[in-house]
Amino acid sequence: MFFNEEFETLPREAIEALQLKRLKTMVRRVLKNVPFYRESLGKAGIGADSVKTLQDLAKLPFTYKQDLRDSYPYRMFAAPMEEIVRIHASSGTTGKPTVVGYTKKDIDNWSELMARSFVAAGAHKGDIIHNSYGYGLFTGGLGAHYGAERLGASVIPMSGGNTKKQIMIMQDFGSTVLTCTPSYSLFMAEAAREEGIDFRDLKLRVGIFGAEPWSEEMRADIEQKLNISAVDIYGLSEIMGPGVAIECCEAKQGLHIWEDHFIPEIIDPETGELLGAGREGELVITTITKEGIPLIRYRTRDITSISYEPCICGRTHARIARMSGRSDDMLIIRGVNVFPSQIESILMGVEGVEPHYLLVVDRHETLDTLEVQVEVGEQMFSDEVKHLQALSLRIEKQIKEMLGVTCRVRLVEPKSITRSEGKAKRVIDKRNQA
Amino acid sequence: MHVEQISVFIENKFGRLAEVTRILGDAGVNIRTLSLADTSDFGILRLIVDHTDHAKSALKERGFTVSKTEVVAVEIPDRPGGLADVLQALDEEGINVEYMYAFVERNAENAVMIFRFDETQKAIAALVARQFAVLPGERLYGM
Repeated sequence: MFFNEEFETLPREAIEALQLKRLKTMVRRVLKNVPFYRESLGKAGIGADSVKTLQDLAKLPFTYKQDLRDSYPYRMFAAPMEEIVRIHASSGTTGKPTVVGYTKKDIDNWSELMARSFVAAGAHKGDIIHNSYGYGLFTGGLGAHYGAERLGASVIPMSGGNTKKQIMIMQDFGSTVLTCTPSYSLFMAEAAREEGIDFRDLKLRVGIFGAEPWSEEMRADIEQKLNISAVDIYGLSEIMGPGVAIECCEAKQGLHIWEDHFIPEIIDPETGELLGAGREGELVITTITKEGIPLIRYRTRDITSISYEPCICGRTHARIARMSGRSDDMLIIRGVNVFPSQIESILMGVEGVEPHYLLVVDRHETLDTLEVQVEVGEQMFSDEVKHLQALSLRIEKQIKEMLGVTCRVRLVEPKSITRSEGKAKRVIDKRNQA
Repeated sequence: MHVEQISVFIENKFGRLAEVTRILGDAGVNIRTLSLADTSDFGILRLIVDHTDHAKSALKERGFTVSKTEVVAVEIPDRPGGLADVLQALDEEGINVEYMYAFVERNAENAVMIFRFDETQKAIAALVARQFAVLPGERLYGM
């Protein structure tokens, strides 16, 4: 099933021809309208006619999140304010938020890409879409909302929080599709169970989860506990919002990135060197249709790889692998690179372990320490100390073997790790707290 | 002939033991005996109470991880060598004791010990065959 069959199944040559045409237009647009790009492209010797092939993209300089911060709030906009119909901003955990503006055409494209994403996930007209992404400055809520309306589904604008009400509405309104963060879906299922409601008895059929990295094992857990088909969605406000890339329900192997609107590249985050298909590195995206805030080679900080192999679903757009983490989420523990998602993957592979964990990184003297807190649920509990200790040791050993980092597993009581209604907090790094 | 015991996972931090006993108290559950196995991080509190299922659901409601285990209560003659005789008998049958603790009350002139065996039914059969007094749960819950 497709939302826009013609564009979703364009042959590779046609995709590339369209990308080149749109890239050229975009470069001219930013040179004309954005002082930042006039300067940065100028320094790199790029003029209005410098891009002649898609390979020329690699000559263009990168754009960093810091560039957006420095241009706060509107100086990266490539359209006059009279044409900007919507403004979003990403959470500014460090300093000012990054601000993005959309023209009417941008909102239109976003809605279409989000509608395509819904269909790829297995949703259709007639579905009741329970949208628990936050509405507001965050792009999740409104992004999914407009896509659901474009699709012609019935959308319930729940936003995040108020879990009891979420569960009541899901049950009474007969929601069939759920959009939220993966950790929140499990949180809701757990809260429902306490109320005596089994999520498996609800009408939910499809879950579209994103905004935080999650593992294949967590997918299996969600699919089993909610009795749904769960897919991963990717997006970031700087590029657009949710719907930049989506897994198709047919393959669930990598996320199709909508290449008629974005050009993805994978680079070595240290050197900036272009890596080919199949190699893991940082995802860099160039927007080629955005009017409000077009970005050239934006450093997403997300770590993935890309594949151009044909997909069984029939979509011809390249697939990026499930994000293994963000290069700024990456923990360096005694010189070893560790992504929280790798530890999650190991934990979920251990019989009876629930996907609630917290990594506490600290430094004693000069040595980094990693503590992995794991909640003891009924399935893994034993009334004998030796069994619980053996379990801790097994997890420690697997983490050591697979990631090369020594850790200490600490078993904690259920619910003692704070549940999040938005993005789950998985790491406390005490080394940064002087 | 076995006795039902509940086991509760508690973190080794301030006030957890008080919390568990308070929840049981508020639920009207009377603790018959208990033992605590602890490590530096966590402990396992094992309890024999007058109303096992009621205690279990009260603790679960408050978010504790609780399990029910079958243990065996054995009367031990209150004299030197009394416990050794019981343990020797079990040893001869190849039965392992996972842990054991004392019951607070005496039964007439005898002490009562609670055992967790690797093979509960086999242990009960062996003890009964050798004339040791194995006490049913109902006796302990109301003692």
